[in-house]
Amino acid sequence: MLGLETIGRRTVETLDTFGQFWRFVGGTLWWIPQTALRRKDWGLLMPQFYIIGVRSVPVMIITGLFVGLVIAAQAVEQLRAAGLEDRMGILVNLSVVKELGPVLAGVMLAGRVGGALTAELGTMKVTDQLDALRVMGTDPIRHLVVPRVVACILLAPILTLYCDIMGAWGGQFVAITLEDIPAEPYLYYMADAVENWDLFAGLIKSVVFGAAIGIISCYKGFHCRAGAEGVGRACTSAFVTSFIVILVTDFYLLRMMQDMYDTIWGFKAII
Amino acid sequence: MEPVPIIELANVHKRFGQQVVLDGVNLRLNRGETAVVIGESGMGKSVLLKHIVGLLSPDSGEIYYDGIRVDTLPRNQLMRLREHFGYLFQLSALFDSMTAGENVAFPIRQQKNSKNLDIDKIVSEKLRLVGLDGIQSKMPSEMSGGQKKRVALARAIALEPSVILYDEPTTGLDPVRADVINELILRLQKSINVTSIVVTHDMASAYKVADRILMLHGGKFIFDGTCEELKSCSIERVRRFIEGRASEEDMLSIEEA
Repeated sequence: MLGLETIGRRTVETLDTFGQFWRFVGGTLWWIPQTALRRKDWGLLMPQFYIIGVRSVPVMIITGLFVGLVIAAQAVEQLRAAGLEDRMGILVNLSVVKELGPVLAGVMLAGRVGGALTAELGTMKVTDQLDALRVMGTDPIRHLVVPRVVACILLAPILTLYCDIMGAWGGQFVAITLEDIPAEPYLYYMADAVENWDLFAGLIKSVVFGAAIGIISCYKGFHCRAGAEGVGRACTSAFVTSFIVILVTDFYLLRMMQDMYDTIWGFKAII
Repeated sequence: MEPVPIIELANVHKRFGQQVVLDGVNLRLNRGETAVVIGESGMGKSVLLKHIVGLLSPDSGEIYYDGIRVDTLPRNQLMRLREHFGYLFQLSALFDSMTAGENVAFPIRQQKNSKNLDIDKIVSEKLRLVGLDGIQSKMPSEMSGGQKKRVALARAIALEPSVILYDEPTTGLDPVRADVINELILRLQKSINVTSIVVTHDMASAYKVADRILMLHGGKFIFDGTCEELKSCSIERVRRFIEGRASEEDMLSIEEA
């Protein structure tokens, strides 16, 4: 009977959390257009653009660069053995632009920004600052969540572009400078294989990842338990949940994008 | 005809899980009155304040502000109604990322017609009322506990509310600083004829500021009267609280531990 009671309680708790989360998402979606229309609220966006965007650029550059370097260094021997070393640009750039760029930029954003958002909002919650906003007639979702989520949505694709560019440059550096692969065929095959669609698919993914990171991190901060331990747990939970959501949505978005491409242009062999 | 009370709670019940916090609370508070709510920790004093301002909803019962029912009010109307309240939080709840001046200016800037106001002048005036004009550019992390409480009080009165709710205003302050806060509560009462509800454990503060004292225990008010009536009250639990004397039951819990 105790087991049954535990199952029942956990089911109710899970449904409760699920409902709370979607109400939170609904509240955020409700306020986004109203914030966009109120000039006074635009000022709230600038500090978030700086914290989430500008300060994330160095970490994105390093991530992208080393991803490109590592893929190229891993692949070069095998491709050379098969006589396909001049096609290495296809492998490096498609991997970076379609998959690794958006996913790793998302993961870095979840770690660097998501944790900080959760900690900031969680601390505001446990010190009654969220209630203080409500008492002063200001909805904390409008004032705190919307600017952070909007900044994550708008800046995730830009940060992903930094990651993509540096990844491409890293691959090129290994191939052309270190491994003496002729530049002309490397660049020709790369430009032939990587289409605008690939870049677009990667950036669409990054928009979804940005939205997920922003919403999950703010939600965890708003619903953290009291005390330093509560805030710490919320930060860990925000990162782990964001990470899992990035990986799961990546799979479904990949399938969706592939189906869309095949429907519009048909299958295309790249090697 | 009896005047409409500015705050009224009728048979308010609230529980968190199995724990009953408010068990049929009734309260009528008239305009200009200062009521002090005393009671042991965890008895629901802060919960009571949060119900009045609509931060928590009762499981059953009714809450009114000036004849308007608060607990069933739609969210946008509730947001506007809250402009009539000032709330001094136990931990001050100043926004960490803003200076003292920006904190006090915040509720003013959130108003629709704030463009036409001289916000700096109002901020300076409110900070002068709490004796801190000139502190505008300080961050909360650079202020002492007493200064934070006073800035929070200046913020609470920024919109000239009709009701101020004080949650443990003197907790964590030395006796001198605590008395400064008590004097401020009295000064505001006189200067802007505000209605106040003060939640506290501090009996010196309670006697100093109260027109009326209520003791919350077991989810109900077990005492409601003036300071003089409280001093002569014969209810054992009330007497123990005001004298700061533990019961045998309390001592037993220490021995067991």
